[in-house]
Amino acid sequence: MDSTILSTTGFNAFFSDNHVLKNIAINIPKNRIVAMMGPSGCGKTTFLRCINRMHELTPNAHSSGEMRLEGQDVYAMNSMMLRRRIGMVFQRPNPFPNMSISENVFAGYLLNGIKLPKPERHEIVETSLRKAALWDEVKDSLNKKGTFLSGGQQQRLCIARAIAMKPEMILLDEPTSALDPISTSKVEELVVELKANYTIVIVTHNMQQAARVSDMSAFFYLGELIEYDNTDQIFTNPKDRRTQNYITGRFG
Amino acid sequence: MADVLVGVAGRIPMANDATTVTTSQRDFHKPQKERSLFQRVLVCSAVAMVLLLVGIFVTLVDKSMLSIRTFGLGFITGTTWDPLNGIFAGFPYIVGTVVTAVLALALSFPFGMSLAILLGEYYRYGWISNILKNLVELLAGIPSIIYGFTALFFLVPLVRQFEVSQGIQPAFGVSILSATIVLSIMIIPYSASVAREIIQLVPSMLKEAAYSMGATRFEVVRKIVLPYARSGIAAGFLLSFGRAVGETMAVTMVIGNANTLAKSIFDPSNTMASIIANEFTEATTKIYLSSLIEIGLMLFIITVLFDLLGKYIINRMRMS
Amino acid sequence: MDKSLQWRILKDKLFVVFLFLFVVLTAVPLFLILYYIVSNGIAAINWDFLTQLPKPVGEVGGGVINAIVGTLILIVTATLIATPLGVLAGVYLSEYPKTKLARTAGLFVEILQGIPSIVIGIVAYVWLVEPIGNFSALSGSAALAIMMLPVIVRTTEETLKLIPNTLKEAALAMGTSHSRTIFRVIIPNSLSGIVTGISLALARIAGETAPLLFTAFGNPFINVNLLQPTHSLPLLIFNYATSPYEDWHRQGWGASLVLIVIILCFSVSSKIFIKRWTVQS
Repeated sequence: MDSTILSTTGFNAFFSDNHVLKNIAINIPKNRIVAMMGPSGCGKTTFLRCINRMHELTPNAHSSGEMRLEGQDVYAMNSMMLRRRIGMVFQRPNPFPNMSISENVFAGYLLNGIKLPKPERHEIVETSLRKAALWDEVKDSLNKKGTFLSGGQQQRLCIARAIAMKPEMILLDEPTSALDPISTSKVEELVVELKANYTIVIVTHNMQQAARVSDMSAFFYLGELIEYDNTDQIFTNPKDRRTQNYITGRFG
Repeated sequence: MADVLVGVAGRIPMANDATTVTTSQRDFHKPQKERSLFQRVLVCSAVAMVLLLVGIFVTLVDKSMLSIRTFGLGFITGTTWDPLNGIFAGFPYIVGTVVTAVLALALSFPFGMSLAILLGEYYRYGWISNILKNLVELLAGIPSIIYGFTALFFLVPLVRQFEVSQGIQPAFGVSILSATIVLSIMIIPYSASVAREIIQLVPSMLKEAAYSMGATRFEVVRKIVLPYARSGIAAGFLLSFGRAVGETMAVTMVIGNANTLAKSIFDPSNTMASIIANEFTEATTKIYLSSLIEIGLMLFIITVLFDLLGKYIINRMRMS
Repeated sequence: MDKSLQWRILKDKLFVVFLFLFVVLTAVPLFLILYYIVSNGIAAINWDFLTQLPKPVGEVGGGVINAIVGTLILIVTATLIATPLGVLAGVYLSEYPKTKLARTAGLFVEILQGIPSIVIGIVAYVWLVEPIGNFSALSGSAALAIMMLPVIVRTTEETLKLIPNTLKEAALAMGTSHSRTIFRVIIPNSLSGIVTGISLALARIAGETAPLLFTAFGNPFINVNLLQPTHSLPLLIFNYATSPYEDWHRQGWGASLVLIVIILCFSVSSKIFIKRWTVQS
């Protein structure tokens, strides 16, 4: 059995009185890609945002239950320290418009006030961009603004930004929903490569994507975790009728 | 199972037992109340805004107390302003203020409305719109003191000539009339921009319905746009009234600084703002200063009331 | 076409003609004012005018350097007071829009904008002139700062609300603290909007006279001490315009032109910033 990096038991989330995540229990293995899927409004994105406690930014959002990262209680940590350990990539590419490409990669350090000597800075920028498969495309324009890149490049820049912080996990929230097919396949390839070094949780509305990239798949429906298993298992032999309906396209 | 991997240290007793989880679903994680220094600074700055206004009001009331106690309601109704004998009453200035402001509003009405209709209905975009917008901005951008200066040297002589030709005595030129004319020009940009915004809020559905029945644009403006925008336009004039009442320098320079009740628009007079501007630095006794500050307090209350009323009506229109 | 329809179409056209007629009539005083200021002003402006101190009452010549310096000092000090406070309050209003404090502060800022400048002058007198014991540049700047605040607060709030939430989330998701997110991400990205607000506020107060009458008061000499009275262009125009001396009237026009040019600079720069800001977002 794989070693677990993140585990939850009896985890619940609420928006005001709206119970959006019900009693979630899930173990996320290290160095694997876990896909979260389900019809919109099923709670998959909320769950992702609970992992790095971004949901706390929403007014009136609450949560209860247990969530542990490497055995440590996520909700007893300082949220800022937690977020430095978990990278996040959003639906729409969101490079900082006031920063250059290299500053964007280095943003996690800049924003957290971590000062590093120049060679080290360059190294982080280069390795992160290489890992994000963007280095060759931008190595001559590192001082240009990140907003001049194409959408797909911007999204890979955001992935580089997340990698640069050397996180333990990377959360991807429908990272390709705003991209064209070619950029999408590049990002997907990249995600698979990143598995060697990072644990990846990816929320997707696209079942093919889940099937292509992930090792494990979790199916959410109406705030409940219906089924969680190896991706092959989920797609070939789902145990729950609702999962079966979803992957065969009968709802959602 | 992975549960085994979960460390024991640092557990919250509440969530300890897996069987209690369902019953304790509502025992929320304590949201970290990160009342950082920064957030406190933000709160302080917002509190400062509140305190600033409260402070202004309290200061005005406090410093007017002497005058309020001494003269009571007579301060509003009396007509004597006699610094030598320490008798003060502001009725002539209230009259001067209200008369100049109301007349100025009436005089500016067709001009402000024309601009508003053109900008809000006929030319929302394009170069004509840009010219009109620049006109409004320039009118609003010229400082009060410069309106006053030019009026003193070019408008006041004209009014004087008119008074002489009509045999009106005394023919000073400086008068309520001059102040009214300057004020009316100065408030055109305010009333025009508020009215324009309201006119733009008229739903195009209504207008299209009228057009589809063969109405001309003039008919649409008269029968649909203006009736719909009526209360908003009225609110705009309340706001402009607030502006006109508080306008100081231009009025001070052309109204003639007379401390008696004006009998006609050709008489020199004073407004509440101009008496303060003219006499504040000369106020040597405590009661004199306190009386001037009480005038300031009244000015504050009038402008705040009209401002709030106007904004309330406009916000209600924006909502619907 | 029948008669009534023709009449309706004619009315439609006449209406627009009337509207434009009134607009032209509005433009007339504006152009007259600008014409008087420019033609009289240029005649008065020369090197001495811009660099000399005023001559004693009655003597011809001299300049207005004391008022120019005074105006700049007043404006700069007011900006230094109003900007940090106004930006922070604007940040609060956009970050916590639903709190009771935000609603109250927002309303009070609106009210503040409508208060006549002369009333603000009175308050600045009570707060800063009476305790200090004499008129001062500081009290004048404070009055002007109070007038700048509402504009800065509002534009900051509105600009910050335009910044996409995803940027803020990106920064927070990297474990950045709230304050660093605001200062390193949100404010740099809304800088041109905030600068627009400051320029607009400057254009609003540069020509203000009423609150300076009994705060900054005036001074025939150049004064750089914030605790001493200082002159300013609007005050000088007021004094000269209401004086009986021909030469002072002439200089008043010159000062008016200088003042208009200063204000124009602020408005134009705010427009440039507005353009850059709208392109960005």
